[in-house]
Amino acid sequence: MSLRRFTEHALSEWMRGEGPQSDIVISSRVRIARNLSGLPFPMLATSSQSAEVVRKVEEALRQNPVDLVIREAELIRMDDLSDLEKRVLVEKHLISPHLAEESRHGAVILSKNEAVSIMINEEDHLRIQCLFPGLQTDQAWRLADELDNGFENTLSYAFSEKSGYLTSCPTNVGTGIRASVMVHLPALAMTQQMNRLFPAITQVGLAVRGIYGEGSEALGNLYQVSNQVTLGQAEQEIIDKLQSVVRQMIEHEKNARERLMETMRTQLEDRVHRSFGVLAHARIISSKEAMERLSDVRLGVDLGLLSSVSANVMNELMVKTQPGFLQQHARMRLDSDERDMRRAALIREHIHKQD
Amino acid sequence: MQCQECGKRPATLHYTKIINGEKTEFHLCDGCARDKGEQMPGFDGGFSIHHLLSGLLNMDTPVSEGKPRGQEGSPSGLRCSTCGLTYSQFSKIGRFGCSDCYQAFGERLDPLFRRVHGHTAHRGKVPRRTGGKLKLRREMEQLRDELSKCIRNEEFEEAARLRDRIRSLQEKLQG
Ligand SMILES: [Zn+2]
Ligand SMILES: [Zn+2]
Repeated sequence: MSLRRFTEHALSEWMRGEGPQSDIVISSRVRIARNLSGLPFPMLATSSQSAEVVRKVEEALRQNPVDLVIREAELIRMDDLSDLEKRVLVEKHLISPHLAEESRHGAVILSKNEAVSIMINEEDHLRIQCLFPGLQTDQAWRLADELDNGFENTLSYAFSEKSGYLTSCPTNVGTGIRASVMVHLPALAMTQQMNRLFPAITQVGLAVRGIYGEGSEALGNLYQVSNQVTLGQAEQEIIDKLQSVVRQMIEHEKNARERLMETMRTQLEDRVHRSFGVLAHARIISSKEAMERLSDVRLGVDLGLLSSVSANVMNELMVKTQPGFLQQHARMRLDSDERDMRRAALIREHIHKQD
Repeated sequence: MQCQECGKRPATLHYTKIINGEKTEFHLCDGCARDKGEQMPGFDGGFSIHHLLSGLLNMDTPVSEGKPRGQEGSPSGLRCSTCGLTYSQFSKIGRFGCSDCYQAFGERLDPLFRRVHGHTAHRGKVPRRTGGKLKLRREMEQLRDELSKCIRNEEFEEAARLRDRIRSLQEKLQG
């Protein structure tokens, strides 16, 4: 079964950590929401209307092979997946929890390299998502735009002159674009500067959240910065603003890292190596601790304090130590204690492989 | 720290959520997190945005006008004739039922859009195939902006080039 490729093969392109600014920026994502005209949004669509959406999109995909990326893509129906397989796709950020759990006739078109995932019958009929490693919001937007144009050759979108692309949720109307960048900001977190950064970012129409929820707590010092405004600004403006704010965050983080290296290098080295020691030897590790330790080690690699592991192992482990992946790897359901043991084993295995 | 739900197992998921403007901390074990549907590390923030939206929408309902709610002419009486969604349902769930809802609720939506986006009118991309004339008009507006900038900066050669492009667009629009 070809889906195995997506769920068993753990590395997506975005986890390879080879993009620009990849010492701080994990990934860049652009998602655009579109709906077909003449059909109710998924929330109110009947089963046959939802099936019609899938049919139309599938046909549009066949008629408009935008480029190689999408020609090699395949359409996967949520109904054909086990809960665990869905969950792994969620953990790889290829589909949303909503599509996995609540959609009717939900489906996803995945490109072979997993840079493109197009959700069908999520909150909107179509959600075109492009995910790139490092800071590549421009590239992600260009590809999403191109795919959108390809679909529009065949599909009629719900659009109005005044409000733009009409979406199910009023927070997406207009451009329907949500661009986001995942950044690793351990030095800003350590020096408690995040709380000062947050309000400033909110003021320019962007939002920051920890990857596991809202508010200031972020697991593994990973934050997601994204645009909030979708109406009244052109796509390129939105992308440019996000990009420039992220660049400023990168600068702040770099400065904070330099200052830490100057003023408390030994403490920093101690912290990095302690965390490495835990990851290399622990037998039981919770997901929270794993994320924290991985963050320390990743910082150590970026600062040249640690050379026995590569940065992308960290990217990879941040995904592979999630519950869905662990269970997929073990080929059985695991309770939380068993997962903590498997997680520790998996991390050890990856770290020692690198020696 | 123990899980705040069951109190039995150690909390493995820690996060803060802002619900109705109030910051609440959660500390859950994996099991309880799953029951709460929170264990999936999704990109999007989950339900709290809709609480917030619903709050914004309800602010739009006039309450201090001396008229009781639900009276004729009040927004809650509006209904989309295509999908049947009423304005008051919309303000509860924060979701439209179909694209015609936008038309049906009309200018009532502007205060909401202004609060969420700071704007009420689209300035971005237009569908190539069905966007037709709108796209040309947009392009023309942009060219006019550029033209006046060029004139201000005394870049007359570029200005002449822009003027010609505007003329040819005008012909296309009329034709
Ligand atoms: Zn519990
Ligand atoms: Zn409607």
